[in-house]
Amino acid sequence: MTAQPTADPALDRSARTAPLLAVRDLTVTFGRGRREFRAVDGVSFDVAPGQTVGLVGESGCGKSVTSLAIMGLLPARGNTIGGSATFAGEELLTMSGNELRDRRGRDLAMIFQDPLSSLNPVVPLGTQVAEVIERHKRVSRGEAREQARAMLDKVGIPDPTRRLKEYPHQLSGGMRQRALIAMALACEPRLLIADEPTTALDVTIQAQILALLKELVQDSETALVMITHDLGVVAGLCDEVNVLYAGRIVERAGRHDLFARPRHPYTGGLLASIPRLHEERGRLTPVPGSVSDNIPWEQGCAFAPRCSSAIDVCVQQTPELVPDPGHGPDRLLRCHNPLPAPPTAAGSGQPAEEETP
Amino acid sequence: MSSPTQDPQQVPSPDVTEDPTGGRTPGASDDILLEVRGLKVHFPIKKGVFIDRTVGHVYAVDGIDLQIRRGETYGLVGESGCGKSTFGRAILQLETTTDGEVLFNGTDLASLGGEALRTQRRHMQMVFQDPLGSLDPRQTVEQLLLEGMRAHGLVMGGGARERLIELLRAVGLPRTALSKYPHEFSGGQRQRVGIARALSVNPQLIVADEPVSALDVSVQAQVINLLADLQEELGLTYLLIAHDLAVVRHISDRVGVMYLGALVEEAEADDLYAQPLHPYTRALMSAVPVPDPVVEDSREQILLAGDLPSPANPPSGCRFHTRCPWRQETRCDTERPELRVVQIDGVPPSQRVACHWAEQIASGELQPHEVAVTLTDPTATESDHDEGLFGPASVIEAR
Repeated sequence: MTAQPTADPALDRSARTAPLLAVRDLTVTFGRGRREFRAVDGVSFDVAPGQTVGLVGESGCGKSVTSLAIMGLLPARGNTIGGSATFAGEELLTMSGNELRDRRGRDLAMIFQDPLSSLNPVVPLGTQVAEVIERHKRVSRGEAREQARAMLDKVGIPDPTRRLKEYPHQLSGGMRQRALIAMALACEPRLLIADEPTTALDVTIQAQILALLKELVQDSETALVMITHDLGVVAGLCDEVNVLYAGRIVERAGRHDLFARPRHPYTGGLLASIPRLHEERGRLTPVPGSVSDNIPWEQGCAFAPRCSSAIDVCVQQTPELVPDPGHGPDRLLRCHNPLPAPPTAAGSGQPAEEETP
Repeated sequence: MSSPTQDPQQVPSPDVTEDPTGGRTPGASDDILLEVRGLKVHFPIKKGVFIDRTVGHVYAVDGIDLQIRRGETYGLVGESGCGKSTFGRAILQLETTTDGEVLFNGTDLASLGGEALRTQRRHMQMVFQDPLGSLDPRQTVEQLLLEGMRAHGLVMGGGARERLIELLRAVGLPRTALSKYPHEFSGGQRQRVGIARALSVNPQLIVADEPVSALDVSVQAQVINLLADLQEELGLTYLLIAHDLAVVRHISDRVGVMYLGALVEEAEADDLYAQPLHPYTRALMSAVPVPDPVVEDSREQILLAGDLPSPANPPSGCRFHTRCPWRQETRCDTERPELRVVQIDGVPPSQRVACHWAEQIASGELQPHEVAVTLTDPTATESDHDEGLFGPASVIEAR
């Protein structure tokens, strides 16, 4: 079940900055035999300390399953995980339950989408945050509580001493998400995986949480994997963006590059289908069809039936994820007929003329 | 009852549908389809097991005036809990209004009841956020579409098939969809069924409550385009309720911004986005993540402190003063501002704002300052200290 690292072009860049997390050819299959469904299909990426890597895609593209597989949180039965995910040189996928529990919370942490269902409703908040500290730092209960209080204060929860005694239902959505972030950061993890951390929140609260995450990454050199469907969130936060479609990475680029010059028709289509606040109103160009129109990757490009620039070879041969010629080794693309390098109007975000003051 | 194919109300006046900005022409402003005057919806908060005591109210909608012209799209934005959905439901009389008038074609709906209200409902339909939850899983699309038409006497017995196929064609579904059940469709297709159902009775007004927020972006664009096409084709009037400012701006002619049960600003869509006047509108717009790294890196964000205060215990004076970076010592916490036209260069009279200091903020005379976070407890009510003997308060809330 080991990957062929030499075959992966992503390895070129890992030679320059030692990655903290290296995911190679990760494959997750649910069910078996004829009812087999491959949710994640050969995903590889690296995350360096202090770097923010985005996994972007629509529902069902496998972005959450990728994160759960890395964290060892998928159910023990009913799925097959292949490939490798190494954290600071140690393989996570084959690690025993005890070892993994030691790592989770201390070295790796995760923030989930829905803060209410991720918190225990019958345990006071302070106990939940202190629990993590007690387990990993081996400090006394009183000391752990004190650290929990400091942590809640750090993530911007007002009056933390009072909040420690409260239950999750007594907090607003934004405060719950802050509490969850406090739990995740309590032991200063080196890697943080945030799975749609702001999707359930209002925009003003989302802005607060994103600012908080940005600050944490800058201050503490934490590596962040940001999983989201919102290209706006990606544009402000991620250094490198992976666009997923039907379980595979279809395009990888730095954020400026990706938004200015999308090469994969799916990325271009996504960008063209979002209404913009700062631009002239025109008719949106949606991506036609839905994910149910996909063809299996084995037969060609899964996106081909919805693709406006599909050619014959797209339904005959599976495209490989290769460096995009002329764009350096960091820019990967899985497409037979990519969008022209300086694209037409579609998706090229012009800087806004007027700014909100 | 008129037949479905030749409804005189369906013929749009040409000046409002020719171009997407048609609703803004001064000539159209007289033709008001819906007028809301001082609408209030308060939900009682009850306590006790055997004897219900009303211990307070949730001020979900607290005094809203607005007018929607025939053929225009009015967008209502706000964060969760601001009362925008309750407002939409109250217009259709799905919530009991506490006070105020809802004039639809000049008839006050709040005073109607029973059969009179039921007949009026034919002219206003709703599209819901969750397409799966709002479609009966045990009915086929044909049954779903026919139910409303039968209820309003638009079809008798057979002969409706042509009309059904026409409806499906209008929303971009194949005719084979008629015999399918909701679970057989994808999210986007389900929303199309929901829209077809709303259209089935030839309504004049469609209240769309977050019609695209449950959909993926690529599908979202399809539904947005569909709504725009249908409006052009059928001369519909929309009240679009959404939290996504970019979506609202994209399809609305006029936009109202809601905060804690009241409008804080109202303007033509482009004017509002070109120059937001209310501090809350500014903060809201600066908080929207823009899918463009160049914009994201350069722009300055106004980060609001804290959360939305509880609508059961709204702040005094200006509802926004607890989080407002431009809050002043006087007036803000004592006097509730009304929507008013301001005298600022470049701001048209159609833009109205509920802020005492809008002129000074726009001219830069007042500068934003730090705001201390105030605690907000979502479970708090006016009489929070009054702990009931039988456990926590039960908030009577319509869904």
